[in-house]
Amino acid sequence: MQLTVWTYEGPPHVGAMRIATAMEDVHYVLHAPQGDTYADLLFTMIERRDKRPPVTYTTFEARDLGADTAEIFKTAAREAYERFKPAAMLVGASCTAELIQDDPGGLAKALGLPLPVVPLELPSYQRKENWGASETFYHLVRALASPHAPAPGSERPAREPGRRPRCNLLGATALGFRHRDDVDEITRLLDRLGVDVAVTAPLGAHAADIARLGEADFNVVLYPEIAATAAKWLERTFRQPMTKTVPIGVGATIDFVKEVAELAGIDPQPVLAGATSRLPWYSRSVDSTYLTGKRVFIFGDATHALAAARIADKELGYKVVGLGTYSREFARDIRAAAEAYGVEPLITDDYLEVEAKVAELHPELVLGTQMERHIAKRLRVPCAVISAPVHVQDFPARYSPQMGFEGANVIFDAFVHPLMMGLEEHLLGMFRGDFEFHDEAHPSHLGHGAAPQEAPTQIKEAGTQTAEPAVVTPETSASAGAAVAPDIVWAAEAEQELKKIPFFVRGKARRNTERFAEERGLATITIETLYDAKAHFAR
Amino acid sequence: MNALASAAPAQGQGCAEAPVLRQRGQREVFCGLTGIIWLHRKIQDAFFLIVGSRTCAHLMQSAAGVMIFAEPRFATAIIEERDLAGMADANEELDRVVTQLLERRPDIRLLFLVGSCPSEVIKLDLSRAAERLNESFSPRTRILNYSGSGIETTFTQGEDACLAALVPELAPEAEDAAPSLLVIGALADVVEDQFRRLFNDLGIPVAFLPPRSSQELPAVGKATRYLMAQPFLGDTCKALDKRGAERLIAPFPLGAEGTTEWLRAAATAFGVDKERFEAVTVMGRERARRALTHYQERLAGKSIFFFPDSQLEIPLARFLSRELSMELAEVGTPYLHRQNMAAELALLPAGTALSEGQDVDKQLDRARAARPDLTVCGLGLANPLEAEGLRTKWAIELVFTPIQGYEQAGDLAELFARPLTRAERLEV
Repeated sequence: MQLTVWTYEGPPHVGAMRIATAMEDVHYVLHAPQGDTYADLLFTMIERRDKRPPVTYTTFEARDLGADTAEIFKTAAREAYERFKPAAMLVGASCTAELIQDDPGGLAKALGLPLPVVPLELPSYQRKENWGASETFYHLVRALASPHAPAPGSERPAREPGRRPRCNLLGATALGFRHRDDVDEITRLLDRLGVDVAVTAPLGAHAADIARLGEADFNVVLYPEIAATAAKWLERTFRQPMTKTVPIGVGATIDFVKEVAELAGIDPQPVLAGATSRLPWYSRSVDSTYLTGKRVFIFGDATHALAAARIADKELGYKVVGLGTYSREFARDIRAAAEAYGVEPLITDDYLEVEAKVAELHPELVLGTQMERHIAKRLRVPCAVISAPVHVQDFPARYSPQMGFEGANVIFDAFVHPLMMGLEEHLLGMFRGDFEFHDEAHPSHLGHGAAPQEAPTQIKEAGTQTAEPAVVTPETSASAGAAVAPDIVWAAEAEQELKKIPFFVRGKARRNTERFAEERGLATITIETLYDAKAHFAR
Repeated sequence: MNALASAAPAQGQGCAEAPVLRQRGQREVFCGLTGIIWLHRKIQDAFFLIVGSRTCAHLMQSAAGVMIFAEPRFATAIIEERDLAGMADANEELDRVVTQLLERRPDIRLLFLVGSCPSEVIKLDLSRAAERLNESFSPRTRILNYSGSGIETTFTQGEDACLAALVPELAPEAEDAAPSLLVIGALADVVEDQFRRLFNDLGIPVAFLPPRSSQELPAVGKATRYLMAQPFLGDTCKALDKRGAERLIAPFPLGAEGTTEWLRAAATAFGVDKERFEAVTVMGRERARRALTHYQERLAGKSIFFFPDSQLEIPLARFLSRELSMELAEVGTPYLHRQNMAAELALLPAGTALSEGQDVDKQLDRARAARPDLTVCGLGLANPLEAEGLRTKWAIELVFTPIQGYEQAGDLAELFARPLTRAERLEV
């Protein structure tokens, strides 16, 4: 058993729902008890979908368990077919139904419904949402496309002359982080390159589109978590090559353009010459100097975490101090990247572990999921959201892709705006005692939460320096998780001086000073010790 | 039989004997685990540990946007593949998780082990687990258990199961205890405080279940009269009956009339005289009536359709029909307990279409055919119905908002008026 407060991913059948809901005429019959219908609201509320997900829940009860739950499944499947007349049907079990082993696949087959029925085996007690989505997409593609597969060993026919190359765009789902806009952006980018999109799937696809996936010249894998397994099967079966680069960030988009051009046999230069992202100039403009070396902690699904790390490091000049993912399936990629950035990889789906890591590392910016947004809020660190799990705010009304050159513009704003502006930061450093303009105030250009601390408290704090006890206990709130040397005490004036250091590096300064004192066998930390340590650790 | 004049018609009227459309099929409702979302805020030193699957954990964080609470007083012990291999392992694992949790949260005085669909199906005995764990953690932390599983409970029934599990924990009252009142069902703190003042003014000694702290559990016994503040507490009632407490029958305290009749049931049982009852309630009744007049014009004659959700549907329908003159297109409830609902059914207009349980696609067909002015439904249905041109009210808001009592009667009406006002206001 795993003690869980919050979870990064839902169960695998929610992944299957993301595939079914993304598509136009596929229905999912899910053997599940009452209550599992909560998953509908993810789509209708978070994503504001105007249709119910195409899912029928069998809704068995305790009293049915001794009787015939299989019959309940068969009735539900038959009625779902009659009512919704889908072009293909997915059948499977949620976590509880998995335990009663009714075999939805076998039952559905026995019904002999006049449509393709794809059974899903998604082990709920081992796997999670993204895996479930990937597996569902793979089985659906296999079931619908394989009747059109060429004979094994046959050569892929050459593209007829005069026709523009075409690709499929794979991986966008319902409830995906900015999938809607990424599909638009990449479709336009491919069009500028001279490449047509044959099928976008699963988002917006019909079952018939899945059947003709093999007609395209190659596959663009937008989200490997969802589409890599299906694309690999298409590669084996239809000899369709697939892209490996995820076009998030300027550098990755340029790499992607080159990769696509190579697969399509066309010249990337016209598009690259006209590359229109503002990120490079914005990043080089002197106003951005203050971004240099900003310490950033990154956590999300593997695709977005890797992309964010590359952008942070190479395109914004931040320093990556932490990199992690909850996507265990892609742990190897994250480990390799973490090594390149010289940080410890964090592979976990335990929210509390991520929180402890953020507290320990004292980053100046967190790039994470909605969960890290909560962590950052509590630790008073600025944050931008880069990945699912999603929140209603991750479906903005405006166009805001992550991918392509426009995506890079969106990301520049998202990764930079939460930070304190350059001169504002300097002024804060200079006049730390100002009761309205103190170092725990939020950046003034972010209205939300920017209210000043109550003036009296702050004045009292400034005026009671002499009244404080000679030795104070270390603050615990902002430096939660920081190791504090037990035998060393801080003189009151050194503690006061420490408070003049910006809060986001204060914990680190505290630890460094204590380590410095410990190594030298000092029992008390004075102002002198503090500045000695500062000089010692100067970077 | 009643010393006080009552607005309630005699038994046998209204919908007391009305036929009910019973359906089963897909149910678009939450399971009983969802009750934890408000219970963990109500009982401030209690923690709820769901023993379940990733689905349970995902439900809890998705159902009500509860991530606003930094570290909630609930969590899930997620059953994994290896726990399914053998029961002994699952029990050991549970002990380990509980130990880990209580080390992290030493402030917890009451821990509920909450059963789920998977824990029920694999027959993980949480009552024995609670007994075993009590040996290690008592008296610092008391450990109880109940089931919030979807195969047994619908939404608010989770609270019923939780409170029923608390009843055996209530101390027996003294042999010579004077009669006292126990109000059952979680209420918003502000509502509870208002009711406490009203009962004080009536001279009725009162306690509430659940209390705000597990250290303030009321005593119970033959001198206890209890009054349901929420309609979904069938098992809690049975548990209290077993302890010798006496149930007072009343409508639920929604709207001016419901609140008055609810208070009157207590006043009658405690022999409060008519003048005192009038004096204590007249101001509240008057304020509620004034507040409701703001919404009468907006709501009168408008039709409303209830999908089943919390079991509050029948009392709400009674309030909307009698105090705001709304037309009832269909009143669906997940579960109809005729005895607990008797006073309410008697007040519903004769001929009201009642339904119990759900086959959601068929019920949607009925709603589309009825084209009600307002549809009360769950979050999974609301936006799709709005897109079809129907105005909706989220049912869950009626559970998470203070709506009981005189001072909230206007707020309750406003919840139903708002979607209509909004629809009228928008020009896009």
